Amino acid sequence: MNFHLRLWRQKSADTPGRFEGIEATNITPDCSFLEMLDIVNNRLITDGKEPIAFESDCREGICGTCSLVINGVPQGPGRGAACQVYMRKFKDGETIFVEPFRAGSFPILKDLVVNRSAYERIMRAGGFISEHTGGAPDASAILIPKPVADKAMDAAACIGCGACAAACPNSSAMLFVGAKVTHLNLLPQGQPEAKKRARAMVRAMDEEGFGNCSNYYACEAVCPASVSASVIAKLNRDYIKGEVSEAVGAID
Amino acid sequence: MILDAKIPAGPLEQKWTNFKNNAKLINPANKRKFNVIVVGSGLAGASAAATLAELGYQVDCFCFQDSARRAHSIAAQGGINAAKNYQNDGDSVWRLFYDTIKGGDFRAREANVYRLAEVSRNIIDECVSQGVPFAREYGGELTNRSFGGAQVSRTFYARGQTGQQLLLGAYSALSAQIGLGRVQMHEHTEMLDLVLVNGHAKGIVARNLITGEIKSHAADTVLLCTGGYGNVFYLSTNARGCNVTATWRAYKRGAAFANPCYTQIHPTCIPVAGDYQSKLTLMSESLRNDGRVWVPKKKGDNREPQDIPEEERDYYLERKYPSYGNLAPRDISSRSAKEACDSGRGVGPGGLGVYLDFSAAIQRLGRNTIEERYGNLFEMYENITGESAYERPMRIYPAIHYTMGGLWVDYNLMSNIPGLHVLGEANFSDHGANRLGASALMQGLADGYFVIPNTLGEYLSTQFGGPKITTDLPEFKKTEEEVRERVNKLLSVKGTVPVDTFHRELGLILWDKCGMARTEAGLKEAIAEIKALRERFWKEVCVPGVGAELNQSLERAGRVADFLEFGELMCLDALTREESCGGHFRVEHQTPDGEALRHDDTFASVFAWLYKGEGNEPELEREPLSYEAVHLATRSYK
Ligand SMILES: Cc1cc2nc3c(=O)[nH]c(=O)nc-3n(C[C@H](O)[C@H](O)[C@H](O)COP(=O)(O)OP(=O)(O)OC[C@H]3O[C@@H](n4cnc5c(N)ncnc54)[C@H](O)[C@@H]3O)c2cc1C
Ligand code: SF4
Ligand code: FES
Repeated sequence: MNFHLRLWRQKSADTPGRFEGIEATNITPDCSFLEMLDIVNNRLITDGKEPIAFESDCREGICGTCSLVINGVPQGPGRGAACQVYMRKFKDGETIFVEPFRAGSFPILKDLVVNRSAYERIMRAGGFISEHTGGAPDASAILIPKPVADKAMDAAACIGCGACAAACPNSSAMLFVGAKVTHLNLLPQGQPEAKKRARAMVRAMDEEGFGNCSNYYACEAVCPASVSASVIAKLNRDYIKGEVSEAVGAID
Repeated sequence: MILDAKIPAGPLEQKWTNFKNNAKLINPANKRKFNVIVVGSGLAGASAAATLAELGYQVDCFCFQDSARRAHSIAAQGGINAAKNYQNDGDSVWRLFYDTIKGGDFRAREANVYRLAEVSRNIIDECVSQGVPFAREYGGELTNRSFGGAQVSRTFYARGQTGQQLLLGAYSALSAQIGLGRVQMHEHTEMLDLVLVNGHAKGIVARNLITGEIKSHAADTVLLCTGGYGNVFYLSTNARGCNVTATWRAYKRGAAFANPCYTQIHPTCIPVAGDYQSKLTLMSESLRNDGRVWVPKKKGDNREPQDIPEEERDYYLERKYPSYGNLAPRDISSRSAKEACDSGRGVGPGGLGVYLDFSAAIQRLGRNTIEERYGNLFEMYENITGESAYERPMRIYPAIHYTMGGLWVDYNLMSNIPGLHVLGEANFSDHGANRLGASALMQGLADGYFVIPNTLGEYLSTQFGGPKITTDLPEFKKTEEEVRERVNKLLSVKGTVPVDTFHRELGLILWDKCGMARTEAGLKEAIAEIKALRERFWKEVCVPGVGAELNQSLERAGRVADFLEFGELMCLDALTREESCGGHFRVEHQTPDGEALRHDDTFASVFAWLYKGEGNEPELEREPLSYEAVHLATRSYK
């Protein structure tokens, strides 16, 4: 198969970028999208040109490293991450646009590589259960009903890729934050810090410059881990409880 | 040099307790004065960094990805073992210990493995209290599944994403410590060398992958938690970035590399489809709980699987290993698949595949149960191959998956270089010649949460009162200079051949000659071929761009340059170990029915290789393995 790629090229964070046309010729349909980019890159290198910078690691949709916008869709067509897109999904001769994630809080570093450290800082503000290694009670001491464990798992499946913020017209990170808050706040172990967690993570999110949710659901549509937008409702509830309890000086 | 494993005295069951009772402690005020470098943020690195910071040490943690959460541990699917015996099916610490020793074909250290089995129970407690959402029964209890090489159900799991959930647990603990300012996290930073001061590991030189800046970092001790080297084969189930660089650089500074030829080939991966492929995808071993492995009895039978009647199918694992059946250990299952394909009965393109069939399980349990258990794996399979495993059997074939070899460490997880500790897949310690499924996650977390916090004091307590180590020392300047030279050397070859081409060629050599079956002649050829390939690399490789920028070709070139050296050591190790054991199968050494034939009198030892300078043959040290509690038996799963 042959494709006309329109790829975003940008030398570094502080230089302007632009689309560049590159041909991807003679590509097997069983190739993954990233393997297609590998082939293109190796040809560029052989021709003495600079390859396209893009990140990936696991190439099976779980690490959240790859971060492409393919034809305007963060993480590309179909469910799953960009590394799970296969070329058989495209038409022979198609023009394909490839861009980095676009969100003010994810500055572009080079070509298709963005800086997502804003998500790290949100996690550090409250995305954990404070506990001390070695002090845990027996794992079976607290029973957790299966439906609760399953719901926590659904939310915990988030791969931290950033597609939600990239897809959102408000660049909101609420699906990501909601996923973590829902995962931990549903579990009995997460209760002691539930309100504090929601409050701290939302404040950190605001500080990073992410917008608010106004119910576009674009995040849910692109999320490679199928995190449901209902986590945002849970986040809002827990956040309000957190703010109120702080305002009235209650014990969280 | 004498490799002293420092195994504590006393009966096996008492060793770890005795050790802890007598271990050197560092008081809280002193802990704050010690700086610890942790390279790696996978299960081993993240758990160690978080726990040591909780204890009060100053920690610097490094990873090459843009987030600690993306370490390759995230990709582990199937589960983690622990001797909890929640199922009341006869499990115990002893049984987990014995299964692991036997699974490793009696080539691991008893004391280490026993400790691993002991702390396995604490790991599950720890993870649950961090919020790891393990699978549960309706009554709220934790549930288990069984894995290869065991006859009990002791594997805990979180859907098909166990590694992800365990890593996110460790990462959240790490994030908390970073937030508190006790860990300084260095993402997108790759360690390129180890710095020794007076023969002790006191720092690293690392390159910032975004700016290209090469910088030294000093500490009182260094922990390498940099994962395995499976990517030396190019095609493997590992993530793209997995590499041998950190451990290889340490080896070149004097650390012993143990058992490099012990590599694990996983029996259930999606077969290779073409030369464009960049990685192989694992289909978790847990699938063998419900899937049955078979090939047609007839050679070259290319009927559709559903058209092949029951009596014309060879369920070869059930036939050859009736007591373990489809859950025979990985090395044995992989070799059996190869045998079936070599005999012309393989299925799919090129005859390099066998069936993993779920139809019986779907009939027995219903599609919903199967979907609940393996839904995401089936989806992944369909996405890659375009075939639905609910409707026709999966096609699978073995692929490189894990590396049991690694830097040599003693009971305290310290290498022969004082101050250099090695954790997780990067060390050689617990799995002998073959790792059982769901035991790597267990080992990574055991090392980081429970072992190193107790053993680190043995070294640090000897380090009081010395001059403060800073990066101004000449040792740092010199190592930095050497790293810069190496980077410049890669950039200045200015050939025309992309790095990937060399990597792929290296992989093919190793897969053919140092893969599932190894021979003396083949290994000798491989060594010569690797040498030649390495020469070509340094003449023809093309690394575009400059050093002071984000340059992924340069990153890859550095890793492949190290693989090209390391591959040779792997083959040398395989050549020297003239026996078969676990994942190391020397064709010359097999029983009449084709099973691995060990030679315990000569080879019941760890092979630890020491670097002796460019162009010189490395020196082999042997650490004898003495078995006090178990009897060296021929491993049988029949
Ligand atoms: C697909 C797959 C499935 C698996 N499933 C299971 C399973 O079900 N059960 C099980 O027990 N095991 C499983 N394993 C094995 C297990 O996942 C690994 O052995 C284990 O996670 C390794 O953990 P680690 O912490 O040692 O290393 P890793 O998780 O590989 O982490 C290595 C870390 O080191 C860093 N690093 C490496 N080199 C450098 C450098 N030069 N400079 C700076 N940083 C560096 C990386 O950034 C990373 O943070 C699986 C493996 C694979 C590939
Ligand atoms: S919620 Fe979904 S889209 Fe957002 S970071 Fe997590 S996995 Fe990515
Ligand atoms: S590379 Fe890991 S999710 Fe795509």
